[in-house]
Amino acid sequence: MTDTAIESGLGAPPTTSAGRDVARSGEPGTTPPPGAGGHGPPPVPSFNIVPVRALPVVAVILVGLVVAIASNNLWALTFFHVAGGGLWTSLDLFLGLILGPIMGSLTIPARIEFTTKFMPKMLLIMPTLVAMTLGAGFQLARHMGNLEASYPHHGWVVASYIVVGCMAVIALGLLEPANLAVLFELKKPRPNGARIQRLMKVFIYTAGITGLLQILTILIMTFLASR
Amino acid sequence: MSTTAEVPPPGFSEPDAEDLRQADFPPVMPIAISTLVLIVAGGIVVAAQYGRPPKLTIPVVLLSVAAVLLLVNAVLVVRIQEFARPVFHRVLGWALLAYVVIAGILEYVFLYDHTPGRELALFSAMLLLFALDVPLMLSYSVARWQAPDAR
Repeated sequence: MTDTAIESGLGAPPTTSAGRDVARSGEPGTTPPPGAGGHGPPPVPSFNIVPVRALPVVAVILVGLVVAIASNNLWALTFFHVAGGGLWTSLDLFLGLILGPIMGSLTIPARIEFTTKFMPKMLLIMPTLVAMTLGAGFQLARHMGNLEASYPHHGWVVASYIVVGCMAVIALGLLEPANLAVLFELKKPRPNGARIQRLMKVFIYTAGITGLLQILTILIMTFLASR
Repeated sequence: MSTTAEVPPPGFSEPDAEDLRQADFPPVMPIAISTLVLIVAGGIVVAAQYGRPPKLTIPVVLLSVAAVLLLVNAVLVVRIQEFARPVFHRVLGWALLAYVVIAGILEYVFLYDHTPGRELALFSAMLLLFALDVPLMLSYSVARWQAPDAR
């Protein structure tokens, strides 16, 4: 990735000219928007939409996941599944039930500052945790024979598929688009505060809902593990 | 709770041109989410039959409807007149890259597990639709709130 792409946070796609994304003077993130400090929109701190420096960490985790699947190592598969699932659940519940209400009580400049620091990280953390949990979980279940239709508690396994399917639709269809839209809105010269609030509400509520669905998954998984 | 947290600064939350243009946009997001629901449902039906000869009629129907919806959605997006296409294409490119990697990992798992031919073909088609539908959702949901000339 070029320095220019790193500077603007999300560079040109692989199919287009990389030179298109030169950070423009006056772009939010480089200078405060008009009215900062007085009337008008509050200042938006500089931020990258994709935290490029964290990408190697994501790559290492994904390579580790592929190695765990390829080696069919029971410990590695259990580690990726349990660690990913635990972090995914905790993060969703923390977001929906703890952080959401706190954010609602912050001043608008504080909310903006928090959002610009927090949301780019979530853009990498959540898909990585989902890939860890589901990829390792499917292989682990296959390894242990839990996927077989002849498995005595197959109905519970199918129930967990349905819950995970619901979570995937909510996360990919509502949560991630809201996350990305907020970040691009904050990159505008004059971000629309009402729109950011609406999108952040979608993000926080859907995170809370997927957190609750995660508890359902944990109930099913612990039931299956104890049989 | 202080009142300063409730009152937005003047000019910060007024409807702008992008808000006003939303009514002109086709229902891309509901169609894309429906596509995703069909793909996920098809995947669940196939996975639920793991270990016995699968009945693939329902998953094939779900997959076909999902493919038609995705195609309709692509046409709807192409036909939007006032749209931030540079932003749309930029996000689409990166999102495609990310979701091709994710779909690639899943495809690798299916190949590694020696998934039988017909199921593998079905799963591969589902992954392809998944890797196209999610980036479409992400790029549209960003571009819809940008000015048409935004880069």
